[in-house]
Amino acid sequence: MEQLELKNLYDGFRDAPTIKAYAKLIEEDAKKLQSPINIMEVCGGHTHTIMKYGLLQLLPKNIKFIHGPGCPVCIIPKERIDHAYILSMQEDVILVTLGDMIKVPGSKGSLQDARSRGADVRFVYSPFDCLKIARQNPTKKIIFFAIGFETTTPMSAALLESVIKEGICNIFFHINHVRVPEVMRELIKSRDIHVDSYNNKIDAFLGPSHVSVISGSKIYEEFPRDYNRPVVVSGFEPVDVMQAISMSVKQFIEGRCELETQYKRVVTYDGNLKAQELMDTYFEQRELFKWRGLGNIPKSGLKLKPEFEAYDAEVIYKDVLPLGEIEDHKLCICGDILRGMANPPECTLFGTACKPSSPIGSCMVSSEGACAAYYKYGNLIK
Amino acid sequence: MCLSIPSKVVKIDKENSIATVDTMGVQREASLALIGDEDLQIGDFVLLHIGFVMKKIDEQEALESLEIYRDIIDRMNEDDKRMAILGEDSL
Repeated sequence: MEQLELKNLYDGFRDAPTIKAYAKLIEEDAKKLQSPINIMEVCGGHTHTIMKYGLLQLLPKNIKFIHGPGCPVCIIPKERIDHAYILSMQEDVILVTLGDMIKVPGSKGSLQDARSRGADVRFVYSPFDCLKIARQNPTKKIIFFAIGFETTTPMSAALLESVIKEGICNIFFHINHVRVPEVMRELIKSRDIHVDSYNNKIDAFLGPSHVSVISGSKIYEEFPRDYNRPVVVSGFEPVDVMQAISMSVKQFIEGRCELETQYKRVVTYDGNLKAQELMDTYFEQRELFKWRGLGNIPKSGLKLKPEFEAYDAEVIYKDVLPLGEIEDHKLCICGDILRGMANPPECTLFGTACKPSSPIGSCMVSSEGACAAYYKYGNLIK
Repeated sequence: MCLSIPSKVVKIDKENSIATVDTMGVQREASLALIGDEDLQIGDFVLLHIGFVMKKIDEQEALESLEIYRDIIDRMNEDDKRMAILGEDSL
């Protein structure tokens, strides 16, 4: 093939014979492993691919997967959903967010519930849709409830930059952006008492795809170097994931512990510098950010810098936004699942009280969560 | 959430920093706010995420990956053939 066509970028990376060839190669290599390995796919997109294409069934028994916390919808805690709910109920407010947030329950209900109770909540495809909504509704206050990892953070920054440049006075932000390296570090460093009680089982990481497009593979350098965990940055298609697994296994059998990139067609060491510059201009790290199922993680969340507080809905509406903590459901074991200590079917709520249509725990709220993926595709594994 | 769609650039409006991209037959506009001074041309392949072009796809790297996959399939097929022959010999 000399000339690349658009369809090659889809078909070539979902090709069944290639997936099978990799399965065979991995099986042969895995025979040389001295002990079983647990690989954490950090990103929910990878969880979805692994379940959708039945990749677990293609792998030998001594290679296991731990489904990581990389679903930005899943990990938004009830406290933050409650903020969105309360903001949507304020006078003259239009609350705007990305479609994935629609069903996620807080303690007062979901944003869908808020809408059915009269709030003006709009789900958009792109943050830039806020500009149009603001122009069409000059007397309303548009609050963008911003979620997402590094993949989505620069888009919120680009929206704020446009708001400032165009002198728009009726767009505000409630920022819930989170960062990948901090949660990876937390999962292997076992910092707090709760985590200390667990024996961490992660041997290697599959690095997220599109977080790495923005931030570059450089953000994972510390994991092989300081924590002895290899990282292979992988694309989202099933062939990408199989190749990345094969690369991880080869590191173990060859006694290497390195940062490698499988997803070379878009991931570089440095990443997208323009996007990083935008993030650095407008955001700074919070001291703590609470993750649904995992608790407070230092420096893992972002907020607007103080000089942009005129656009910060958390500052403007601070009198109506509660700061107290809400406990996760007592029977929910999402925290254990995210640390690799349990699988979704081991939860007593799984498939009974907790379903994609009425989620209780973080891993069920979006299709990228481990429980939702097991609920949808899990029959294949039995 | 973090999924992103490979698309092809069909039009570039530099003044407004917008590109028109084709995603398997569907055309839509995407912001170039994250692309900066990177040299983007009509016909280039890009990754699209929530209305933004997030990165140009490196064609050479994509072709090299597809080449590696063909080799892997060939190698595994060769192994299969060899095993089949060995199997027959041992009968």
